[in-house]
Amino acid sequence: MSTVALEQEGHKDHHVPTGIQRWLFSTNHKDIGTMYLIFSLVMLFLGGGMAMMIRAELFMPGLQILNPDLYNNLVTNHALIMVFGLVMPAAAGMANWMIPLQIGAPDMALPRLNNLSFWLLPAGALMLIMSMLAPYFGTGGPVNTGWTLYPPLSIQAGMSMDLAIFTLHILGISSILASINIITTILNMRAPGMTLMKMPIFVWAWLLTAFLLVLVMPVLAGGVTMLLFDRHFGTSFFDAAGGGDPVLFQHLFWFFGHPEVYVLLLPSIGVLGMIVPTFSRKPLFGYKPLVIFMIILTLLGLVVWAHHQYTIGMSLAVTTYFMIGTILISIPVGLMLFNFIFTMWRGSLTFETPMLFAIAIIVMFSFAGVTGVMLAVVPADMQYHDTYFVVAHFHYALIPGALFGLYAGVFYWLPKWTGHRYDERLGKIFFWWTTIGFNLTFFPQHFSGLAGMPRRIIDYSIQFTDFNMISSIGAFVFGLSHLLFLYIIIKTIRGGEPAGDMPWDGARVGTAGLEWTLSSPPPFHSFETPPEVK
Amino acid sequence: MPNLALWRWRLSTAGIGGVALNASAELKMNLPEPVSPLTAEIFDLHMLTTTVATIIMVVVIALVAIIIFRFRRSKGAVADQSFNDSRFGTWGWMLVPIVVLAIDLSIAGPGAKTLKNVETFEEADLTLKIIGSQWKWTYDYLDQEISFVSNLNNEDLSSPGYLREVDNPVVLPTHKRIRFLHTSSDVLHNWWVPSVAPKKDAIPGYINETWAIIEKEGTYYGQCAELCGTRHAYMPIVVKAVSEQEFTQWVDKQKQQKAQQLAEASAEKEWSKAELMARGESIYNRACAACHQPTGTGIPGVFPALQGSPIATGDPAPHLDIVINGKPGTAMSAWGSQLNDLEIAAVITYERNSWGNDSGDLVQPADVKAAR
Repeated sequence: MSTVALEQEGHKDHHVPTGIQRWLFSTNHKDIGTMYLIFSLVMLFLGGGMAMMIRAELFMPGLQILNPDLYNNLVTNHALIMVFGLVMPAAAGMANWMIPLQIGAPDMALPRLNNLSFWLLPAGALMLIMSMLAPYFGTGGPVNTGWTLYPPLSIQAGMSMDLAIFTLHILGISSILASINIITTILNMRAPGMTLMKMPIFVWAWLLTAFLLVLVMPVLAGGVTMLLFDRHFGTSFFDAAGGGDPVLFQHLFWFFGHPEVYVLLLPSIGVLGMIVPTFSRKPLFGYKPLVIFMIILTLLGLVVWAHHQYTIGMSLAVTTYFMIGTILISIPVGLMLFNFIFTMWRGSLTFETPMLFAIAIIVMFSFAGVTGVMLAVVPADMQYHDTYFVVAHFHYALIPGALFGLYAGVFYWLPKWTGHRYDERLGKIFFWWTTIGFNLTFFPQHFSGLAGMPRRIIDYSIQFTDFNMISSIGAFVFGLSHLLFLYIIIKTIRGGEPAGDMPWDGARVGTAGLEWTLSSPPPFHSFETPPEVK
Repeated sequence: MPNLALWRWRLSTAGIGGVALNASAELKMNLPEPVSPLTAEIFDLHMLTTTVATIIMVVVIALVAIIIFRFRRSKGAVADQSFNDSRFGTWGWMLVPIVVLAIDLSIAGPGAKTLKNVETFEEADLTLKIIGSQWKWTYDYLDQEISFVSNLNNEDLSSPGYLREVDNPVVLPTHKRIRFLHTSSDVLHNWWVPSVAPKKDAIPGYINETWAIIEKEGTYYGQCAELCGTRHAYMPIVVKAVSEQEFTQWVDKQKQQKAQQLAEASAEKEWSKAELMARGESIYNRACAACHQPTGTGIPGVFPALQGSPIATGDPAPHLDIVINGKPGTAMSAWGSQLNDLEIAAVITYERNSWGNDSGDLVQPADVKAAR
């Protein structure tokens, strides 16, 4: 595209770029949001496929389809893809789509940066795929460390580890740039009259998420860079023999890794804060306390990282501090769930797909919360640590808490994005199918964990067979449901009942955003003139 | 108090899980029966938190169920827009933090007490140093001066002990305070036997400490609980708790064996090829075959093959060096400290003369001694 042509186009009333240029050079928040969402959908199937392979291998004792190194590699990449490829880009896609619409802005504050932060993602994904393939070209073993990349094991891996480190660098840069953009947009581009305390809760959740990302991503980048130096440049940051400390990496990793959990959760909490009032036809209960407690959650989340490392042998005083801090997190989380429950109280509820997801999330995420408190108690954690109990806990936290929240958001805003209503009957089938499959997969894992099955093992003794079989069957039920999800989305994009500007009759109650004042789908420049908020 | 722990376990299991847990006593659903005061205390803590968690879930599910049935539009429910301005709406949000804080304190109190107990390190009767390495456990009885390596020895899928049994179980006396010291020679491991002691990581360069007083004779199983690479699933642990008398006998027997082995290894004897090959094969299968495979072919891209490799067929000096000192940055650990001169000589001789490697070299204990 020549500059002259661009300028000429810029003076026309309708200057919508078309063809490949519309996507490749896009500076439009909605197009970039769509690309984020499509990217995360692709990653959902990639990471989910890996999970299916893991569960197929674990269906019964003995080695059937994988070898131990490939298994460990799949465990690692399943986590990296789900965290960095699925949940974060999907949430960022929603942020791109919805934040300008909800606060009455024409676009993101820094549109070209927005383009860059998206296109770094496929580059990172490519690098990750290269890291999976590298071992087959004779460059040493695969990344077999789990997503935590703990040294000294991560020193042993071959070139694939270097590629994984660069993957994290690229994805980290992408997140930081996107977060800077989101913070700038929210703080500078709100419609006149929209004070911070009038912002939709989704925008609040993303503001805090973006701050968290800017604070902790560089720590991960530093940690993995030190790892790279230990591997190739003769340093000994993490090598006890050279005066380093293997535990240092764990602290660096979890200083990033724990707040990362809130990075994954908060956007979905924000989505729930939109959906629950809508389908209860009643304003959000306790908006101000919720905002304040989300800020407290963000701050607390930054200072409790070492509860992932209770078994490394910290001093009594330090472990006690981390135990108390971690248990205290139940207060803001409990309040959030309480606020959602009392938003529904004395409401007028209907049960469309987003609301079904919201109610299921409230219950299942509470369950993750209570097992989280169990894990926070240090001596008990010294039994639970690195068992399937932990696997069950964090899948209960992250699948309902993050992923289902995003599904709910997709169903909630799909009519706005496409201008068509999705098939409500199929949506409900998808909800029941996926929820039952999910619980069937992960509930039994609590028991196999307590009975003594460590996580990340490819093969197990015969006593754990029953629960693993149930879990694997559940996993296939859960995994296959996503084909229906894909079908519903494609069907909605291709056509369907027109959605109208406001597809949900309860959408204007409480602190709902400005997105419903626009047409569905919204015009190319969302708000040409800023709307007034009273 | 021999059976106190068992009694406590039965009581609490029946109390909390009710029908589900009792009906499936065969199907293990809870932490294994604790046999040491510390694990019993942790078990009680676990049951306390589980009970609290269950009550909270019942309350949440009940609230949601009431909402779903009472406030649905299809039953004519109309949204009460002034609910948020009612007295409950204005102050209700204060309620939860207070209630949750109270619940938290009821858990954190016993938690902190037990934690202090976990971290209390009194004078012990016996100290067991446990060294994790890829992928086996080395046990040093520091007071008895016994040391041995423990390996998985059941890979028979049809046997109930699949992946559970080891060639050399840890033997420990009952009713003695035992101090466990955990460390590692290569990557992170975790020696976890849930009935006996809470887990702590084995970290190279660190020594972590746990303790136990085993109150019941028996065999207790566990396995490595920290991802340590390829054969992470194949590092089982077996603890045999025996009476003090049996333990003393066992110690004497171990000492005799050790003295015999030492005498053999240090005898200035020239060993024949057949003797070395026979010893070498058993050591190879115990220590090396997990990675390099029983056929010496290794796993391409992960573990190098020994069959036809320049190291195993060329000059013996680098071969000796790599077996004694290991290869830093890879899973090949230094065997010099774990095997004696005779064992190293035998295994190298075996590697140089098996699977079509026909170097014909004989490595004698004296060569190993010189190479160290």
